[in-house]
Amino acid sequence: MDFGLTEDQRQIQSTARELLLARAKPERVREHAEAGTVDTDLWGELCELGWPGIAIAEDCGGQGLGRIELSILCEELGRSLAPVPFLGSVLASTLIDHAGSEQQRERWLPGLASGELTGALGTLAGDTAELVLGAGQAGVIVLVDAEGGARVLTPAEAEITAAESIDPTRATARVSAPPDAGQALEGDVAGGLDRAIVAISSELVGVCDRALEMTVAYVKERRQFGVPVGSYQAVSHRCAQMLLETEKARATAAFAAWAADSEPESLPEAAAMAKAAASDAAREVTASAIQAHGGIGFTWEADVHWLFKRAQMDAALLGGAKQQRARLAAILADRLGASAPA
Amino acid sequence: MDLTFSPKELAFREELRGWLAENPPDPEPAQGGEDAHYTWRRDWQRRLYDAGWAAPGWPTEYGGRGSTPTESAIYFEEIGRARVPFAANTLGLLLGGPTLMVWGTPEQKERYLPPILSAEEIWCQGFSEPEAGSDLAALKTRAVKQGDEWIVTGQKVWTSGAQYAKWCMLVARTDDEVAKHKGLTYFLMDMEQEQVQVRPLRQITGEAEFNELFIEEARIPDANVVGGVGNGWKVALTTLMNERAGLGFALQIRLRQLLDDLIAVAAERGLLDDPRYADALAELHVRCESIRLLAWKGLTDAERYGQPGPEGSLVKWLWSDTNQRLTELAVEIVGAEALTAGSSWSYEFLRARGNTIEGGTTEVLKNIVAERVLGLPRLKVAV
Repeated sequence: MDFGLTEDQRQIQSTARELLLARAKPERVREHAEAGTVDTDLWGELCELGWPGIAIAEDCGGQGLGRIELSILCEELGRSLAPVPFLGSVLASTLIDHAGSEQQRERWLPGLASGELTGALGTLAGDTAELVLGAGQAGVIVLVDAEGGARVLTPAEAEITAAESIDPTRATARVSAPPDAGQALEGDVAGGLDRAIVAISSELVGVCDRALEMTVAYVKERRQFGVPVGSYQAVSHRCAQMLLETEKARATAAFAAWAADSEPESLPEAAAMAKAAASDAAREVTASAIQAHGGIGFTWEADVHWLFKRAQMDAALLGGAKQQRARLAAILADRLGASAPA
Repeated sequence: MDLTFSPKELAFREELRGWLAENPPDPEPAQGGEDAHYTWRRDWQRRLYDAGWAAPGWPTEYGGRGSTPTESAIYFEEIGRARVPFAANTLGLLLGGPTLMVWGTPEQKERYLPPILSAEEIWCQGFSEPEAGSDLAALKTRAVKQGDEWIVTGQKVWTSGAQYAKWCMLVARTDDEVAKHKGLTYFLMDMEQEQVQVRPLRQITGEAEFNELFIEEARIPDANVVGGVGNGWKVALTTLMNERAGLGFALQIRLRQLLDDLIAVAAERGLLDDPRYADALAELHVRCESIRLLAWKGLTDAERYGQPGPEGSLVKWLWSDTNQRLTELAVEIVGAEALTAGSSWSYEFLRARGNTIEGGTTEVLKNIVAERVLGLPRLKVAV
């Protein structure tokens, strides 16, 4: 049993972190967030490095690596809040990869892998999906309905209207489409969605990690009553709680990413646990980050609010903590039913 | 990342599981109180010992199997899963023995280790005092050298198994002149002497799992100093570090079983379909699985990379908090039975209050995490 990353995975992690520290500095993230723009230079670089296709099979133009490698990138992008359309694209390609026909995969995956196309994934309520990440720029859109079905559409097959979310580091849009628009994805939609929520969970782990790092640095510096505020237990114990939540989210997300590749029979439970833990953790940790920063944490100037906003968006994406726990309860009830004597 | 067990580890688990299935302990005695319970656990340890299963993690030269930390963790998972009792001499096996292996002289190892394993000599732990709980180094029990003996006077508390113990791991102050951590010495004190009085300490559940020790000029030969005079703090830390290394896995399995029991009760009463209870039970499930993952992560990181992460303190904190939440929810789900004296749910509910205090209070664990993991400054307090 080994929770550590392989040498290659470590390499991916450190390269990603260094690149994003240099290219997605807080001031640059802020600049794009305030202008409502994508960092196209950075996105171009990431595409050249093959990031969007990291988990897509080689015969579809990807790198053919696994969900652990994808999770590593998601976590680093979550840490940096880089204003790039990575997550939406990856969510769309994950669904097409797992639930698409051979023809659908050949049509869409190479473009998504190279970054020539970006993708978006929306959850329908009726005919409309709200706040769909990157839908305004997407070349392909996947819409998931409440019954567990999914369809793939070209932008022309849907009505797309810009709609701003609370998180301006990534653009969102409203997507409406009649029920017969696009093509149905007839494969393993549930498996695709589980893999998608693991990617989101990993991004949330990165958000938690960065919020904790910023908070610890701040409370060591900030002095009141003649001492660093981090020396007060009311503050330091809050930071300890932030670490606990972060590590819970990290452990469950790591397990889920591993299960996706190596033990798919455990994936539904593992993915629901990861998303429940990460959604709660990120909301709590980023809220704590604001509180521990005091007044400055409430200002536009301090960067903690971007993390708080990203946490809310990702936590809600494809089902928040309560929804995941409802799934888990059903899994537990099924298991009990299966083991009970007839 | 590979979250599977090796064929050797799986074989270890199979062998132990098979043995436990074929050699169940006698049924728990319904009568006879603490003494009968102790005898039951001692007999059980002897059966484990005869089959070579008392402490597989001990090196072969001391009678163990030389099992890896992963195998030891599997051992405690299986002990928990089989719902068998802990060995009578758990403190000797998990704390005393491993401490002696690090700090003991060859003579001490030869003299003390075999009877720990066979349960011939039971060990207890004399660390905490009425005035020295979280601030252990403030302890006041005093040992004064007289010829080749030490004369010890003081009081200890939370000493489980003291009434059955032959040896006490005792930390006492041997030097007042130096900083409080530096004036301590670690002794092995013979409990079979008039000068040591044991008084049961009745706890919240009504039973007396622990004792108070009243020590009035007890004698300890100089040969029973462990790790050298004035080195007691370091030796005690070795004991404390061993405290949860293995036991954590058994506790995590017990938590899992308790949760499974509670889910079964909830299902029986049709409460699993009630979103309020379903949500609370699923949250406990997430916590339970996080504890399992974090415990394995801490153990295997230490084994593979030589560096344990922050998991140790986090696991104990999360486990104790989760066990309290679980038993609180049980009171709501089970109803009157969980508040009925003598019921197992009422016992679990009341006993859980101790979890966030024993073995490091949650407040102290948060301090450890804040200071040693996050590197936050420590508020200056009197030393």
